[in-house]
This record gives sequence, C-alpha cells and structure tokens, in this order.
Amino acid sequence: MNISSQCFDVVVAGGGQAGLIAAIVAAEAGATVCLLEGAPKSYRGGNTRHTRNLRPMHEGPLSVLSGVYDEEEYWDDLLRVTKGKTNEPMARMMLRESAGCVDWLEKRGVQFQPPLGGTLHLGRTNAFFMGGGKQLVNALYRWAEGLSIEIRYDAKVTDIAFENNRFLGAYVGDEWIKGKTFVAAAGGFEANVEWLREAWGPVADNFLIRGTPYNRGELLKLLLDKGAMQIGEPDQCHAVAIDGRAPKFDGGICTRVDCVSLGIVVNKDAKRFYDEGEDFWPKRYAIWGRLVAKQPDQIGHVIIDTKSKGAFMPPVFPAETASTIEELAIKIGLDPQTLRETVDQFNAAVQPGKFDHTELDGLATAGLEVNKTNWARPIDSPPYSAYSLKPGITFTYLGVGVDQSARMLMSDDTLSENIFAAGEIMAGNVLGEGYLAGIGMTIGNVFGQIAGREAAKYALNN
Amino acid sequence: MRSTTNIDEAARVMTICNACRYCEGHCAVFQAMELRLEFNTENLDYLANLCHNCGSCFHNCQYAPPHQFNLNVAAVFADLRQENYAVYAWPAPLGRLFSQNGLWVSILTAIMLGLFMAGGAILTGADFFAAHPNQFYGVISHNVLVTLFGSVGIFVFIALSLSIRKFWRAMSLPSPLSLDWLNVWTGIKAALSLKYLDGGNGQGCSYPTEKPSMLRRWFHQATFWGFMLCFAATSTATVMHYGFDLPAPYGYISLPKFLGILGGLGLLVGPIGLMMLKLQADPAIKGRSNGGMDTSFLVLLFGTSLTGLLLMLLSQSSWVGPALCLHLGFVMALFLSMPYGKFIHGFYRLIALVAFAVEQQKHQAVVGVVEPDPDMIKVKNLG
Ligand SMILES: Cc1cc2nc3c(=O)[nH]c(=O)nc-3n(C[C@H](O)[C@H](O)[C@H](O)COP(=O)(O)OP(=O)(O)OC[C@H]3O[C@@H](n4cnc5c(N)ncnc54)[C@H](O)[C@@H]3O)c2cc1C
Ligand code: SF4
Ligand code: SF4
Repeated sequence: MNISSQCFDVVVAGGGQAGLIAAIVAAEAGATVCLLEGAPKSYRGGNTRHTRNLRPMHEGPLSVLSGVYDEEEYWDDLLRVTKGKTNEPMARMMLRESAGCVDWLEKRGVQFQPPLGGTLHLGRTNAFFMGGGKQLVNALYRWAEGLSIEIRYDAKVTDIAFENNRFLGAYVGDEWIKGKTFVAAAGGFEANVEWLREAWGPVADNFLIRGTPYNRGELLKLLLDKGAMQIGEPDQCHAVAIDGRAPKFDGGICTRVDCVSLGIVVNKDAKRFYDEGEDFWPKRYAIWGRLVAKQPDQIGHVIIDTKSKGAFMPPVFPAETASTIEELAIKIGLDPQTLRETVDQFNAAVQPGKFDHTELDGLATAGLEVNKTNWARPIDSPPYSAYSLKPGITFTYLGVGVDQSARMLMSDDTLSENIFAAGEIMAGNVLGEGYLAGIGMTIGNVFGQIAGREAAKYALNN
Repeated sequence: MRSTTNIDEAARVMTICNACRYCEGHCAVFQAMELRLEFNTENLDYLANLCHNCGSCFHNCQYAPPHQFNLNVAAVFADLRQENYAVYAWPAPLGRLFSQNGLWVSILTAIMLGLFMAGGAILTGADFFAAHPNQFYGVISHNVLVTLFGSVGIFVFIALSLSIRKFWRAMSLPSPLSLDWLNVWTGIKAALSLKYLDGGNGQGCSYPTEKPSMLRRWFHQATFWGFMLCFAATSTATVMHYGFDLPAPYGYISLPKFLGILGGLGLLVGPIGLMMLKLQADPAIKGRSNGGMDTSFLVLLFGTSLTGLLLMLLSQSSWVGPALCLHLGFVMALFLSMPYGKFIHGFYRLIALVAFAVEQQKHQAVVGVVEPDPDMIKVKNLG
C-alpha cells in the first residue's frame, strides 16, 4: 500500500498503551487507523513495556481484584497524593470509567495474574499483568494486527501540519501521512536529557532514565509550539532513588533498592540528609529521587548491617560489603572518619523500643539534626553493606491540556478540532503532582479509549 | 560445586528476575526463585528442571534481547538442563552421550534396525518373508525376546534409578520413605497435568509463538499418555502370559490390543504435533546445546508406535518378519537411549516438582540452601 496517498480516519502517534488502545477503539468503531510507533519493533510499547499493574475502581470483587475500591476511596487517595492539584470532574469521570479497564483488556487478550500473594501484591487496588507490561503490549499489538490497523515501527512523528486548530497530517521524516484526526500518545520527554537539563540544570546529567529511550518529547514540543495549552512544569517528574549502577536508559523495575527504611542514607560527604523511616517504603520511594537529586553529585549511599540481610527485595546488583564501617567507606569512596562519626552519632541516638518492620514501630533516634522516626536500629553488626543511589526518572508531568473528551485544549482555551491526547502526554490534567501506584496505566487506558472513540466519531461524521 | 558458564549465566539471569518478579504468575520457577536470595549450582539445577521451556517469560520480558541485560530464562535453563542431565547420568562417563545426542541416538537406531533386520533374516532364513502360524513369535521366539529385552531392561532400570537417585539427593530431598506424601502427590499432580504449561492462568504458554496456546500441553499429554498406555499394554500382556498362561498373539478385542492401539495413536499424534510446534517455535528460546535430543526422542517414539501398529496389521501376512524386526529395532533403540536422552527429563521434572511442593508448604527454600559437604556426598554415593 502506498501509505502516502491514503487519508486515514485516525492517525495515532505512540505505540504504548494509550496509543494502542486509542487505535483499537477507533478501528473497532469502523475507522481506518494508522499507528505510528517511534521505536523499532523490538522496543515497541514505550514505558508501558516496563509496567506491572493498573489501578481500576471497583464496586465489588473483579476477576483479579478482591473487595471494593470505590470512587470515594479512590478519589480520597488521589486528592491526598496530588495535594489537590487535580481537576475534580475530570478525575472523577476517569475513576468511574476505570471500572471497565480490566474487562476491556481481558476481552482483547491481555492476561492478568490471578491473586498470588507476593511482595508488591496489593490484591485489592491493583490488577497485575501476567508477565508484566510487555505481555499487555504484545497482546494489544496482536489484537491491533487482527483489526488491520496499519502499524508502522521506526516511525517517529517529526512534524505535523496544523492550521486553524485543525490537524491535516503528520510527517515521519520526509513521509507525509494524511489523517482526518490525530491522537497524540507519544509519552513524556523523560528520555530527552537536553530538555531535562534545561529544566534542572547540569544536575540532570546525573539522572538515570528508568524507561524507554524513545520518549524524547518531540511530539509534546511540537504541540506546545503550535499553541497547545501547557499543563505542569518541565521540572516536575516522578523520580525514585535507584541503584547508581543501573544503565542510563531502560533499566526498568529491577534497579530499585528497597532497603532505605532499614538503614541510613548518606551523601557523598558521608552525612545523613533525610528521615529514612518517615513512612512505609512503598509510600516514600517516590520522594527519594528528588532527595538524592538535591545532594552533591546527585548520589546517595544506603548503609545497612547484617541484621537487615534478606529483609527486603533482593537488589539486582550486589552490595559493597566490608567488616568495618571505615573499610566500607573506602570501598564506596567516602571519607572513613566522617562516615564512622555519622554512624556512631546515629547509633548513640537510637532510643529503646521494639523493632517491627511490618508496622510504624516508632523506634526512633532522638537529638539528631535529622532524626529517623521508625525502624531505627543501630548499624553495628558486621558485615556492613552499601548500595549507591541515583535519581531515576520514571516519567515527566509536563503535558498538553485536554477536556473530558480527550480533545486537546489550546493555550487560548479553545478546543482543537481534531487532535486528541492520551496517556503520559496529558496525565498532568488529573495528576498534577505525586503518584499512586498504577494510576499511570489507568489514565492511559481510560483516555486512550476516550480518544479513540471521539476521534473515530469525528472522522466518521466528517 | 560445579562452576560452568551455564551456571554463571543462570545465576546472573535469576538475580535480575528475582529483583523484577514480573513473571511470578507464569510458572513454578519464579515462585521457587522468590524463596531464595542466592543462586548456587544445586538450586539452579532445581530451577532449570522446573522449567518447561514454554517461552512465556521470554516473550514477555522487557529485558529480552536486544536489551543490554540480554535476558532469556528459557534458553539459559535449556542449556543448563542439557548440562545437568550429563552430570547426573550413571555411569558418569556415559553422560557424554548428552552432547550431540541426536547424532548418537540416530546411529544407535540405525544399528539396532540393521541388527534386528539381519538377525531376523538369519534366524528365519528363507522364511523371513513368510506368514507364520503363531505370528511374530514364529519369527523370533518368545524366550529370545524375553532374554534380550529383559537384560537390556535391567540395565536401563539400574542406570535410570542411579541417575534419579543422584538428582534426588542434589535436590536435598529426604529418603522417599520419610517424605510427606501429600507433597509428593502435589508434585505428581503438577507433573501429570502439566500444570505449568498453562501459562499461569489457563490460557496456555507462549509456544510456538508469542501468542498463548494450549497446543503444546495437549500434544505433550497425547505423547505422555500414549507412552503410558503402550507401557500398560506390554505390562498386561506380561501378566496375561505368565499369570494366566495366555500368551500372545491376542485378538483385537483384548486388553493389551485395546491399550496398545489407543496408546499407539497417542504416540503418533503427540510426537507429530510436538515436532510441528518445535519447527515453528522461536529459535531464541531453544538454547544452543540440545543437539537434536528432543527431535531424536520424538522420532523414536513415533517410529516405535508406527512400526508397532504396522506389525499389528501385518502380523498375519508374509510381511510379519520385516515388520517385527523394524519394530524391535526402534524399541531397542528407545530403550537404550532412555537413560541418556530426552526420556530422563520427566523424572527430573517430577522430582523438582515434588521439591517445589515441599518448599511451598514450608514457605522456605530447601534445595541448595546448605552447602552440601562434599565428603558426605561421596560417602552417600558409595553407600
Ligand atoms: C520502570 C517503570 C515502571 C512503571 N510501572 C508502572 C506501573 O506498574 N503502573 C502504572 O500505572 N504505571 C507505571 N509506570 C508508568 C507508565 O509506564 C506510564 O504511565 C504509561 O506507560 C504511559 O503510557 P503511554 O502510552 O502514555 O506512554 P508509553 O507507553 O511510554 O508510550 C509512548 C510511545 O510513544 C512513542 N513515541 C515517542 N515519541 C514519538 C514520536 N515522536 N512519534 C511516534 N512515536 C513516539 C514511544 O516509542 C512509545 O512507544 C511505570 C513507568 C516506568 C518507567
Ligand atoms: S523473565 Fe524478565 S520480566 Fe520475567 S521476571 Fe525475569 S526479568 Fe522479569
Ligand atoms: S520458559 Fe516457561 S516454564 Fe520456563 S521459566 Fe519461563 S515461563 Fe517458566
């Protein structure tokens, strides 16, 4: 087929969950669809490839979720993590729509994990993909192929033609692809180190990018340049502290280090800088990226002793170990004397109490400049272990504004006529700040469906 | 402690998986993995033998090549199994037969077919191409057959038992008598139902392509139960012969024939299906060192069944001689290759699944936890 001569009903940019779903919904509604995925086939699926679960609302037990997680509880959670930086009507609409996500995916071949009981297994609030997000990606691509969607890999959208609030067509390099509507689902700009540097300054050079190297935000920039409404600020991102030895891109989930709450964290000057035991790790891991980013050279070191061995998810890289604190300091490039002092001061400040990692045990230090408020056990039983920490960017929040029908808003508050946005590229509309495990995929799923539906409706009526 | 590149690679891969755990729903491998912090030779052999090479974790892995982590659990474990089959083989020097397995099994089969054809022709002389009143026993007498297959059978039984015992010990399982039989039953059930060939939630594994499919499970069941029915047919015939003085040949409406025909059909359909799937499957998951082992085993099973059914059809005709010799050639080759070919995988899988049942019940790692004392192993193996 000579793709350049055809005018598609719907052109979708981005082959992660949001784009795939929009393409499928549109094709199922009878539209002709072209899906442009910027990555090669082997890396298709963007950050979705790295995900583990989504968080659907449910009024009763679902096939893969127990109990009830209703709109009110979900809304409370969202309100709390975003500190109000959300759009209530839009967010509530999304929460209600999310009730159908699991069923929609299952009907299209995506498999979920039956309840198992495991480490991160939330069971009630989060539905886990069997084998991880790549299984979802594979299943949806299979489904899309079955619907005769024109799927193109290595097809990065480099420009779009846009006149009077109307999309006319997209360029993939020299190639012109004409469409009646456009769905922008090309993710954030987290893999664009130059852009991160603009927002963060030179410290951005020390950030690691947890997901795909292909989310460089070119499309986001194009849309903003053409007058789309900006949502969020460029320095807002979801960042966690990951193992400093992780690859620059695409290290994914396995590079996490889950022992911060069991030990102490020091910077390159061998000083502690934040309460490691503020709350349970799953509730705190997402602030540690920023905390480490603010330290000199953007590096941290978590130090534990042998009491903590085996009490956390095994990290992918082996720890540096030593039988004395000084020796450990030398191995990880810290000043041995200072680290010794930091550990001694910490140990001396530990108050009596009973350690229990399954609850906020109140076992704390007293009198330190930075106290540890839970799980504060002295670091005194060799061998000692250290893991280095660096900020790992999961995704950026900067995006384009949309209305409830996923139609893109322009900076003058008008609506674009035939451009829709879904997924990470518009997540900031409901998630202005903070994060809830599984909400990224939920946003992509719900707005992907809406964008696909609305785009098809527009194309088939015009 | 064996230290090989396969062990090193398996340990590297399992360390990444254990930090990721996305595949925990797919099969027993990942659930067993989650009970451990470290990977050593014993527990890697254990995990490798829990793996059915179904491909699900490969197709669903975000770190699969070309990602720099180059993760391919299916292939790594295929190679490790190939290696540990040789390590646990008895007598040890014959473990070498696991490399280039397809080649030597083919040679063995050719020799056996040649020997039986020649032997049959010499024994019967001009009557090789003649019908015989008592059908195949007219070609080669019952006593010769029993002596021949009996003595080979005893060797095969000893070789299999000693290999299995070695593997059993490596899995840190107590003596079979002091095992909890509920665990054993759980393991047997998982093995017989091919529980972990269902992809984790009943939709099938990613074999031969990325798309979930139950075909492999069904064809494997046809093969396995086909084999068991044929085994049952032979056993019933033996009981009828010695216990009730009812020697072969039997009519079509008899237990041995009934079991044999049904089993024979299973052994035609199953191996053909498995071969077809194998040809379509992604080469990436197969590992590098199978050396034709799977294929030669499937061909032997198929050949045994086909010639067995042929023999049944031709037993009254003048072709009974060549048909019998062909069949016996295949059966003998199958027999002799049992301890040194794909056949052995079933026992190791079963034992690994029993160990898995024990671990699941205790919620803790058992296999490969304590460094085994090398002297203890030596003493035990001699004893
Ligand atoms: C390690 C990790 C784990 C995560 N785990 C979870 C989780 O468990 N649950 C959860 O809800 N969220 C999780 N997230 C967040 C989640 O990945 C995102 O919210 C979600 O995948 C966004 O989907 P999307 O379709 O918008 O973007 P993506 O899946 O990132 O897809 C964007 C696609 O656009 C393509 N693209 C980029 N630029 C262009 C262009 N110019 N032209 C054409 N195509 C282009 C990319 O190649 C990519 O395929 C995780 C993220 C990471 C990094
Ligand atoms: S095979 Fe890949 S996705 Fe599965 S557990 Fe291992 S690293 Fe994770
Ligand atoms: S190939 Fe299949 S059986 Fe083997 S580890 Fe992977 S999912 Fe499990």
